[in-house]
Amino acid sequence: MTPEELLELARRRCEAAEVFVVESDETPVLFEANRLKALNTRQTTGIALRVIKDGRIGFASTTAMNEAAELLNMALDVAPFGAEARFEMPTQNGLTSVDLYDPATEALPTEDMIELGQSMIDAVRHHTPELQCEGSVRKATQTVRVLNSSGNDASYSRTTFSLSLEGTLVRGTDMLFVGDSDASCQPITDASRIVETTVRQLELAKDFAQPTSGQLPVIFSPRGAAGAIVGPLTIAFSGRTVWQGASPVGNRLGQETYDRRFSFWDDPTVPWRLGSRPIDGEGVPSRCLPLVENGVVANFLYDLQTAGLAAAKSTGSGGRALASPPTISSSCLVFSGGDASLDDMVAEVKNGLLVEQLMGAGQGNVLGGDFAGNVLLGYRIENGKVTGRVKDTMVAGNVHEALKEVAAFGNELRWVGGSLHVPPIYFARLSVSSKG
Amino acid sequence: MRDIMEAALRGHNADYIEIRVDDTDATRIIYRGRELEDIGRNRSFGGCVRALVSGGWGFVSFNDLDGLRDKVTLAVSQARLVGHEKSQLAEVPPVVDIVAPGIVNDPRNVPLAAKKRLMDEYNDIICSTPKIQTSNVVYGESDKRVIFANSRGSYIKQERIDVICRLSATARVDGDVQQASFSLGALNDFSFVESLHDQAREAAEKAVAMVSAPTAKGGAYTVILDPILAGVFTHEAFGHLSESDFVYENPQMQELMVLGKQFGGSHLNIVDGASVPGLRGSYRYDDEGTPAQKTYLIQEGVLVGRLHSQETAGKMGERPTGNARAIDYRFPPIVRMTNTYIEPGEATLEDLLEGVDEGIYVKNWYGGTTSMEMFTFSAGEAYMIRNGRVEGLLRPVVLTGNLFTTLANLDAIGNDIEFNQGGGCGKAGQMPLPVSNGSPHIRIRECVVGGR
Ligand SMILES: [Zn+2]
Repeated sequence: MTPEELLELARRRCEAAEVFVVESDETPVLFEANRLKALNTRQTTGIALRVIKDGRIGFASTTAMNEAAELLNMALDVAPFGAEARFEMPTQNGLTSVDLYDPATEALPTEDMIELGQSMIDAVRHHTPELQCEGSVRKATQTVRVLNSSGNDASYSRTTFSLSLEGTLVRGTDMLFVGDSDASCQPITDASRIVETTVRQLELAKDFAQPTSGQLPVIFSPRGAAGAIVGPLTIAFSGRTVWQGASPVGNRLGQETYDRRFSFWDDPTVPWRLGSRPIDGEGVPSRCLPLVENGVVANFLYDLQTAGLAAAKSTGSGGRALASPPTISSSCLVFSGGDASLDDMVAEVKNGLLVEQLMGAGQGNVLGGDFAGNVLLGYRIENGKVTGRVKDTMVAGNVHEALKEVAAFGNELRWVGGSLHVPPIYFARLSVSSKG
Repeated sequence: MRDIMEAALRGHNADYIEIRVDDTDATRIIYRGRELEDIGRNRSFGGCVRALVSGGWGFVSFNDLDGLRDKVTLAVSQARLVGHEKSQLAEVPPVVDIVAPGIVNDPRNVPLAAKKRLMDEYNDIICSTPKIQTSNVVYGESDKRVIFANSRGSYIKQERIDVICRLSATARVDGDVQQASFSLGALNDFSFVESLHDQAREAAEKAVAMVSAPTAKGGAYTVILDPILAGVFTHEAFGHLSESDFVYENPQMQELMVLGKQFGGSHLNIVDGASVPGLRGSYRYDDEGTPAQKTYLIQEGVLVGRLHSQETAGKMGERPTGNARAIDYRFPPIVRMTNTYIEPGEATLEDLLEGVDEGIYVKNWYGGTTSMEMFTFSAGEAYMIRNGRVEGLLRPVVLTGNLFTTLANLDAIGNDIEFNQGGGCGKAGQMPLPVSNGSPHIRIRECVVGGR
């Protein structure tokens, strides 16, 4: 059964219907113990149906494509118990133009991916021969189509290419984890940035520094900042959290809430980034949306249903996975930078930390904005200089408190995980706990 | 299906090939606040082929079973491109078996209307508690049927039904937001879902109480963990390090994790085993067709075992333990935990509290993660201990530590045991895998607690 046939069948029995189809083809090349270990091919096809029947929403999905007809029965089974629909399916309103598909990614031979991965591992081990490396080089193509009973029918394809390296160094009972990753819709042909980052981590972590405790200055690298602050911010700016009254900034719209130098946007239109999309998962065209402008809360993210509940408008933020109906999700989160270099920031700190990765930062009271994690990779700063690695140390804080007054934003922004553009951030005081 | 799978497996030039096909029906009900957020059904059907040639693996996954033999050929050719050494796979005798799930109370026989009514009741209890801002009530059920065949002649059919329920309450007073929750689960049994009214009430009351509770001062404390959180600790702090895929090709790790090494006091015994019946991590055969077992990891404080797939066991010259698991057809099996627990000791809770001048009693779990050497996990509830007595409620805390010192600092083990069945484990992108973990009450000296 084609998606059009399923939609037509559903339209006849329901007030409104929407079909979502996703197809993807992924080729991961995997390295373990410093050498090529496995070649994978993953083909996925799936179809989901959302209906509005007697004013209520029903949802079902399947990956058994030849039994797609059964989907309508499944969706109708649950619809009598479903949520009341507070939206109408969007009509045909076009796609925002975004560069996401590069045939060069699709055409890249597996042999080139193997060579890229192996050369990356070899280069890092040239610096530290005892390092045990795992790595991956992946390419994928995904096609998404959303069609509904209001006549909207939109689809797009995205290629992705990603490269990652994880190195482990075990000395006695001490374990050091280093590494980096990079992702784009276009092929990455040069692993040198990952190699340089990893080698710099190995250099900075060569010696141990004395642990330290107290209310101390903490500088986060872009990767460290992404891990600590993005989770709590995303929840706080979700229209669903706001509508429930659970967002710490839900009543701050239009008010100065954060440091004036702090701005961030949800931007689905950044070319070649994994979070970008011409339409969201409900067929609503994408646009760049400021969430915080110069410290002022500017907007929250909405999908269709939440917008209906909250008397707001969809911001094109209906994120989508096959097996669940649309939920609010960010696309690319782009943060403002500052004018300080990382070296300038470090030079200012008398006693504090530089954190590249916090482990478990997202397991506290994220809804309230808290983050608390163990420093997986981080260094002590003493008298303006990095003096070595710290361990057994926790850093804790509250995102909404900490962003009220920031010591400095860095000028060396970078993409983390393909969809977050983040600067180094220097907080003057965060809680640092250790046994020392 | 057996004929198709066996025909597809025949006549390839590979050291080992397996085919797995799985078919899952899932139902979920999700409330956020007063509003029902999602009620839906999913069917997930697909298969995969994994092939080993000269130490290299090829893996192909798909939703369409047509042309299965071509998919096997593709996996074999991928493996051949990778492999440049000798394949070392532990020998496991072929098994032909059809395993029926040992169903206790079949959730498939409970009408959707009844399930929704229960969730309605729990959500209503939470939402009608004063100062509660919002809730999150989740019911999930999945019925998974897996067929496995390999080139050694194994053919195994297994079925399992996982049931989970999560009740979470969020309180808000002024700008302050606090959350309390319970995560519960069971294998092949709906019964627990029917009587969670007390837990719903407790979650709501805890969340409200936490808003006015003080925050613990960060630092090192003597902590006492309740069985649920101690189970999470066992999983995060030690369990993951016993997974031998981290060890089998890493000489430095082999040195660190050498069998016979002392990890804790002689009161400490840690076990993992899918053959322990009736828990979320229980099964008859793993996803390589190896029969489930019960494996002592630590006995009287000494490292005596580790968890294996056929490859890690083959390379290390140890016996496979039946711990190769895949979350679904999109992934190859990797070494995972099943039911992981600390065996009970002698102490009562009073014994554990005795002599603790200043400490923290932590209960229930919120999350946890590990880097092998270091772990962090967060408690759902925390209480100050003063002069051997449990006193006032604190805001939830995050605990962190170093495995090698923390197990040695585990100085007392209770005489009770309980299993945490509401969690799921994540590793290498495969999440949430059904596992359980358990423990008696335990006491740990000098554990770092994050605070402000
Ligand atoms: Zn785990």
